[in-house]
Amino acid sequence: MGPFTSAAGFPVWLDLLIAIIIGIGFGFSLEQAGFSSSRKLAGMFYGYDTTVLKVFFTAAIVALVGSQFLSYFGLLNLNLVFVNEYYVTSAIVGGVIMGLGFIMGGFCPGTGVCAMSIGKIDALFYVLGGLTGAFLFAETYPLIRPFAEDAYRGPVKVNEVLGLSPGVFTLLLIVAAVAMFWVAEIAEKKFARPEITDKI
Amino acid sequence: MKNKYMNPYLAGTLLGLVLLSSMYIAGRGLGASGGLKYCVVSIVGAVSKPHAEKSEYYSKYFEDEQKPLFNWLTMIIFGVLTGGFISGAVSGRLKFKIEKSPNISNVRRLIFAFAGGMLFVYGGQLARGCTSGAALSGMAVLSLAGFVTMMAIFGSAYFFAWFFRKNWI
Repeated sequence: MGPFTSAAGFPVWLDLLIAIIIGIGFGFSLEQAGFSSSRKLAGMFYGYDTTVLKVFFTAAIVALVGSQFLSYFGLLNLNLVFVNEYYVTSAIVGGVIMGLGFIMGGFCPGTGVCAMSIGKIDALFYVLGGLTGAFLFAETYPLIRPFAEDAYRGPVKVNEVLGLSPGVFTLLLIVAAVAMFWVAEIAEKKFARPEITDKI
Repeated sequence: MKNKYMNPYLAGTLLGLVLLSSMYIAGRGLGASGGLKYCVVSIVGAVSKPHAEKSEYYSKYFEDEQKPLFNWLTMIIFGVLTGGFISGAVSGRLKFKIEKSPNISNVRRLIFAFAGGMLFVYGGQLARGCTSGAALSGMAVLSLAGFVTMMAIFGSAYFFAWFFRKNWI
């Protein structure tokens, strides 16, 4: 029964080898989706290309539904899968800073690294900026620590807050995603910019 | 030129299966900004060990003879570089270039790329995860933090999109 690495106590080298293989799958899927192109990613925010929304929500739903099925059939113990801890202030403020970085830089960290791997020079600068950002965070951490640890709520689950079972919430999320995909297809026609999309 | 990338729903399914495998095998999601952090931690440790050991932020990564470069998250980064390169090679997209709108200069694009990366990873450290670690992986485990971070990232990018439109359209 999964997850395996924590329970089985894998040797370090095997753990790291698994990480590399998962990383290869991650980078391969991002690149195949077209996330190695900043103009394609930015299209999400001007409506001419909504691949980001489609890939992002499809991936989240596949993993969400898949993990619940694995759990249902007793193949995966979901209590041992990491759930992100909720620090209200930093989740919101950090997200807003990330959104600004997204529209300025045209990548998020994963897609930036992916784009760098196929030779995008702008992505190289993005990743160098990212390393600088991590350095600045480390150096300013003592100053912002009270802020970063403010309003801690623990590993809260969204369905519990709404008083729904995981299955019902997942179903609602799928319905919402299909509605968004439908809107996205309309937006791509309405805000079409063939002069950009033909080039990316 | 159309359809040279994979169909987005198919690519999303592939990405979702990679994420599911990570959850099933390792009990954790995907992540990108964390790997960049560990790269910085290793560099700082190599340049100035005393600074790293004295700092309340860096010191925890050097306890018990840990090597921050040989870590799950940095291996993910090496994997992404490899996987992206393989995909680019298979699809004939390996090429050195600066991708930008014809309306802006190369220098402007590179400055904005650098600044954007800096802000994104800073914000990602604050929120304890970026688009992959917090938003995507968080949503896959129904984490409220994941949903909130996702909405904050996309809401903010839509809000600021108007100010930076000249860079893109």
